Amino acid sequence: MGADVLVFAEQRDGAFKRSAFEAVAAGAVLARRLGGSTIALVAGKGICGPSAALAGYGADRILAAEHPLLERYSTDGYVAVLAAQAKALSPAVIVMAATAMGKDLCAALAARLKAPCAPDCTALEIEGGSVVATRPVYAGKAVARVKLVGAPAIATTRPNVFTAPAPDASRAVKVETVPVEIPKGALRASVTEIHRTSAKPDLTEAAIVVSGGRGQKGPENFPVIEKLAAALGGVVGASRAVVDAGWRPHSDQVGQTGKVVSPQLYVACGISGAIQHLAGMGTSRVIVAINSDENAPIFQVATYGIVGDLFEVVPRLAEEVRKLA
Amino acid sequence: MPVAIRFGSMRAVVCLKRVPKTDTRIRIRSDGRGIDTEGVQYAIGPYDEIAIEEALRQKEKAGAGEVVVVCLGPGDARTQLRDALAMGADRAVLLVDESGDRDALSTGAALAEAVRALEPDLVLFGKQAVDDDGGLVPAAVCESLGIPCIGVVTKLELKDRQATAHRQIEGGHEVWQAPLPLGITCQKGLNEPRYASLPNIMKAKKKPLEEKPAPQAECRVETLSLSLPPPRPKGKIVGKGAAAASDLARLLHEEAKIL
Repeated sequence: MGADVLVFAEQRDGAFKRSAFEAVAAGAVLARRLGGSTIALVAGKGICGPSAALAGYGADRILAAEHPLLERYSTDGYVAVLAAQAKALSPAVIVMAATAMGKDLCAALAARLKAPCAPDCTALEIEGGSVVATRPVYAGKAVARVKLVGAPAIATTRPNVFTAPAPDASRAVKVETVPVEIPKGALRASVTEIHRTSAKPDLTEAAIVVSGGRGQKGPENFPVIEKLAAALGGVVGASRAVVDAGWRPHSDQVGQTGKVVSPQLYVACGISGAIQHLAGMGTSRVIVAINSDENAPIFQVATYGIVGDLFEVVPRLAEEVRKLA
Repeated sequence: MPVAIRFGSMRAVVCLKRVPKTDTRIRIRSDGRGIDTEGVQYAIGPYDEIAIEEALRQKEKAGAGEVVVVCLGPGDARTQLRDALAMGADRAVLLVDESGDRDALSTGAALAEAVRALEPDLVLFGKQAVDDDGGLVPAAVCESLGIPCIGVVTKLELKDRQATAHRQIEGGHEVWQAPLPLGITCQKGLNEPRYASLPNIMKAKKKPLEEKPAPQAECRVETLSLSLPPPRPKGKIVGKGAAAASDLARLLHEEAKIL
């Protein structure tokens, strides 16, 4: 086994998300510990140009797998590319971000390579030559440290948790194209259309999340939350109660049976704080709670709380935030 | 995997897991490597329930077929399999493993062996189990079976042995197509799982539930420790009512350095 770290850097339409830079940076830290190189791999079409940016985040080599069939993500296509590179490079570790794509890909890759895998990690270390991963379980109600035995070890990094440093402009790496072989019919399942319902970042990747709960009293009142989110430059989330009531789509749900988020700022408006909800946002850096019930459990995890009617407090807060901007 | 062509019939297999109910307050076992199970109540994983519901609906749409639920877990997981039978599944297979020391690959291999024998058109899973939150087992099963898998599905339509599925991604969804046999992992929004009716609960007691030992396995993901997350630093109530909003904005700006 080698000492190198292979990082899959996710791009869509030639653009990298911050989580891809975070994964490269996390991979580079592991590579330094192992005494190996950080090799970034990008798959897609027309990606050589944008991929050069990965050098600034710590990539020592940048490999571009270009193929018309890789223009859109498919499990079969991307696993084929990664498995081939894993075979060619024998990395000690394979890292990628725990995004929708990364979660799908890491599971399929682990199955293909028969490799141990730790998904959605919040810390990665090397101990005695093995990867030791810290990962929240039970939606964050507990934290497990797991050792991955054997190589390659696969780990995915939870977005917003690992730091992507300011890119080092002095680092320049030539992008190498790697051969891609995708036999006809190899993509058994493939994407035919992509529908975007929001241009905003996903809840799991947003730096600021403003969530509404039952205190919202009805779907017609969510503009109150949306205006605060807009003032803060954040995205809107929701508690399970309002999703189950049909006030907001399932994709907005924060909590154990929704999305687990870790933003810089989480604002809970009219959310009492059921244990499943607290699990899903408990690692946010700063938590603000606005609730009329001063005994609501949400205040126990809140950094800052305001006891009051959200319909009075939230618009005023939006106004105050705009004044500071 | 042999492709069994059956028209107007749907043989669906659902892999489910017995997990602590989501309102469980987690306590750590004294050896620091697992949860204290004293007093913990278990249920079918909430996403697995969606998978069972989808299997039942697809069978109902096809007009004929069979829904088989498969679980790898302790003998006590019988309860969850009976619950699945009460929802409407036709029969159940329990791969008994009391140890709990398994990684996704070994779980996947054991499930795949059981699923293969059932020659399914569709293999359904919850998108993740809500205990270890891994989401790795479906791919492990499907890889062993040699079938494609579409993950995090919120809509599924089958026509002429072709599946069209909506897969949730950040800020939208993708439309995927694949032929059967196929694996699907189910996300909230796909359907609303039914409640078991009393007559069906009674009927479920008589439905076949086969038990056999899960094959031995090596575990290459070793849990070193399990702990509670560090407590959050104590926060403060900034004030009451709208008048406190300006103080809060100032704290976010000056103290938390967010604005």
